[in-house]
Amino acid sequence: MRGRRFRILLAPTLGVCLLAAACGSKSSSTGTTGSTTGGGALPGVSGNTIKVGDLHSLSGTMAISEVTVKNAELLAIDQVNAAGGVLGKQVVPVVEDGQSDWPTFAEKSQKLISVDKVAVVFGGWTSASRKAMLPVYESNKALLFYPVQYEGLEASPYIYYMGATTNQQIVPALDYLKAQGKTKLFLVGSDYVFPKTANKEIKAYAKANGIDIVGEEYTPLGATEYGTIINKITAAKPTAVFNTLNGDSNVAFFKQLRSAQVTPQQLPVLSVSVAEQEVAGIGADVVAGDLVSWNYYQTTNTPESVAFVKAYQAKYGADKVVDDPMEAAFTGVHLWALAVAKAGTTNVEAVKAAMAGLTYQAPEGLVTVDGDNHHITKTARIGLISATGQINEVANSGGPIKPDPFLKSYPWAAGLS
Amino acid sequence: MSLLLRGPRAAPRRSRRWWLGFGLAMILLLVVAPLALSAFRLSLLSKYLCFAIVALGIDVAWGYGGMLTLGQGVFFGIGGYAMGMYLKLHEAGAGHLPDFMSWSGVEKLPLVWKPFRYAWVALPAAILLPVAVAVGLGYLIFRQRVRGAYFAILCQALAAAFAIWLVGEQGLTGGTNGLTNFHELFGFKLSDPANQRSLYFVVAGTLLGLFLLARALVQSRYGRLLVAVRDGEDRVRFLGYNPLVVKTLAFAFSAALAGLAGALFVPVVGIISPTLVDVVPSLELLIGVAVGGRGTLYGAIIGAVAVNWAKTGLSEHFASGWLYFQGALFVLVIVYAPGGLVGLWRKGRDAVLGRRTSRTDGTDRTGLAVPAVRPETAPARRVELTGAP
Repeated sequence: MRGRRFRILLAPTLGVCLLAAACGSKSSSTGTTGSTTGGGALPGVSGNTIKVGDLHSLSGTMAISEVTVKNAELLAIDQVNAAGGVLGKQVVPVVEDGQSDWPTFAEKSQKLISVDKVAVVFGGWTSASRKAMLPVYESNKALLFYPVQYEGLEASPYIYYMGATTNQQIVPALDYLKAQGKTKLFLVGSDYVFPKTANKEIKAYAKANGIDIVGEEYTPLGATEYGTIINKITAAKPTAVFNTLNGDSNVAFFKQLRSAQVTPQQLPVLSVSVAEQEVAGIGADVVAGDLVSWNYYQTTNTPESVAFVKAYQAKYGADKVVDDPMEAAFTGVHLWALAVAKAGTTNVEAVKAAMAGLTYQAPEGLVTVDGDNHHITKTARIGLISATGQINEVANSGGPIKPDPFLKSYPWAAGLS
Repeated sequence: MSLLLRGPRAAPRRSRRWWLGFGLAMILLLVVAPLALSAFRLSLLSKYLCFAIVALGIDVAWGYGGMLTLGQGVFFGIGGYAMGMYLKLHEAGAGHLPDFMSWSGVEKLPLVWKPFRYAWVALPAAILLPVAVAVGLGYLIFRQRVRGAYFAILCQALAAAFAIWLVGEQGLTGGTNGLTNFHELFGFKLSDPANQRSLYFVVAGTLLGLFLLARALVQSRYGRLLVAVRDGEDRVRFLGYNPLVVKTLAFAFSAALAGLAGALFVPVVGIISPTLVDVVPSLELLIGVAVGGRGTLYGAIIGAVAVNWAKTGLSEHFASGWLYFQGALFVLVIVYAPGGLVGLWRKGRDAVLGRRTSRTDGTDRTGLAVPAVRPETAPARRVELTGAP
């Protein structure tokens, strides 16, 4: 009896599902799915407020970095509101937790777009989270402002990249090392897309500029054992180490490097993912004397920078430090507010049109939005870590560098993308 | 085989009540949910139901078979990656490489990827590969009579190793990023809400079908044997059965379900990455079963959906502190409701009706090795991590 019932019930169950499933529509041009474009309503606007999304990892391994970026964005939103808001409306952030988990970033993005109907989302840190979010923004035709330097080779029509692309951070760093006569480099990085792609670009640069790459090593994110790699480094006798390690691993790497009696004077390490926040985590005494490459330091001496640091410390505590990704995130919020004011609407396509060529006097200096590749011009700065934990600029690019995410203007980079 | 699959008959009244419940669940899933939920919430529910499919498999292996499968993420991942590879190759088009390969400096399509160009390879592989791994692994482990905590540790190590391998082989697997940026499945646009809806019905239908299958399995003579192995493996062996086969089968069944769930998960969520196969998600899947009530199939499903629903809900309302609430919820369930939600409900019902909760009649008309505790009352016992008596 049971066996028959089983079949009797199973058949209609599956039948109903198949029928319902068959109601799907084949892909066609009629797919105006955009909750952002539907019904003439403007995204994010309700009554006297404009909702914006804020999506960073507030839990998990990335929280230590991303929480400060979220704080910088909230500060910028406060400033925009204090100055009368956007289009006469107050900006209200909807904060979500990406949980250091890439699929969650995609899910929360969809939630912000279709449930909260936000005008824009400020979010992400790791390249993995950005890659996971990208299809969500493209299919919903919604805007994302991404605040962190990354490996380049990307230009989504719905993402604005506030951080440096390769030619605004890594290439200037290599130029600096070359000018200092460091012609034997050892590459150390975390095992994921940013270090791997960055090192691919570094190797292409090295080949064209007479630099020897004497070693290349990767460790998983969160790795803490660097004895073997340090042995390989000392055996290969490089003149500098190019470090693309991310997160906690830097603590272990630098501490073990010092225990192995390698000083910055003998062998400088140039890092591209170590900023003021990370220096505090590693211990300033451990990394003092090593080099970093960014576009902004807390010590950057512009009136906007001084005001930014002061406002941040007033809101979050006098002992707090600011760094490059926080400044980029802060700049992103202000650029979006300017673009909306210029467009007179939060409509995504109108904001995109207004973004092209927009300029803003950021803490790092004047930035200009590139309308084609959605990156911004940035001044490259090489910094020397001091014993106080602050980073002092030792060289800069002299002015903002135009973004070139696909490295098209560099002959040595042909064939990379 | 058919003799082995035929089980004892349930009392007619209980059976009728059960079918009524199943009918209600069907209406809830296939009619009420699609009408009541927005497109976004419905696609979230699809995701939870994918996890529920995994939970169903875990419950068969753990709740009924006593094997603490702490590494289901591996099978889920294999299924997900099989589907992801197919979608990625389809996306790239013939003769082109998936986007991440060109970032990673891979110039030729790796050999393992080639068969996944065809859906008729990728879809069966999503189920058969996990089964093959589970059979191979299960055979080796169970033959050595490794069980309890050691089996759990092995599974967990496997999940960790698999995740590390996926991250390390960036050119082959997409590394930390995983596989993402899919637009189409069999010509259907994935971003279209109508198609996400259809996908929901596919997932819900699969879950309901698999639920009936799993139920038939645990109620069959094989199911009784599985419970007997859980409660007294040596005794079963002395009776002339081979626990190795019994356990490997249940483990393979749970792997097949996890693989299928992974394959369904990818078009629903749009990404498969190492963070989904690692130790933590594997644990979360298990927690779902524990919270729902292991040893009852519907409990596992309710638990998986409830835990994931709570995770989404809590993290939306308390963006910075939701983890504490989630942790507190788990502690409360383990301390005050060791039988999970189902156990709690039964206790409440029995208290109202004035019945005793733990029925340990243990009689069995088939004369098979009599399990000390009927599977239906298993949640009334404490949730022990080893699952061994």
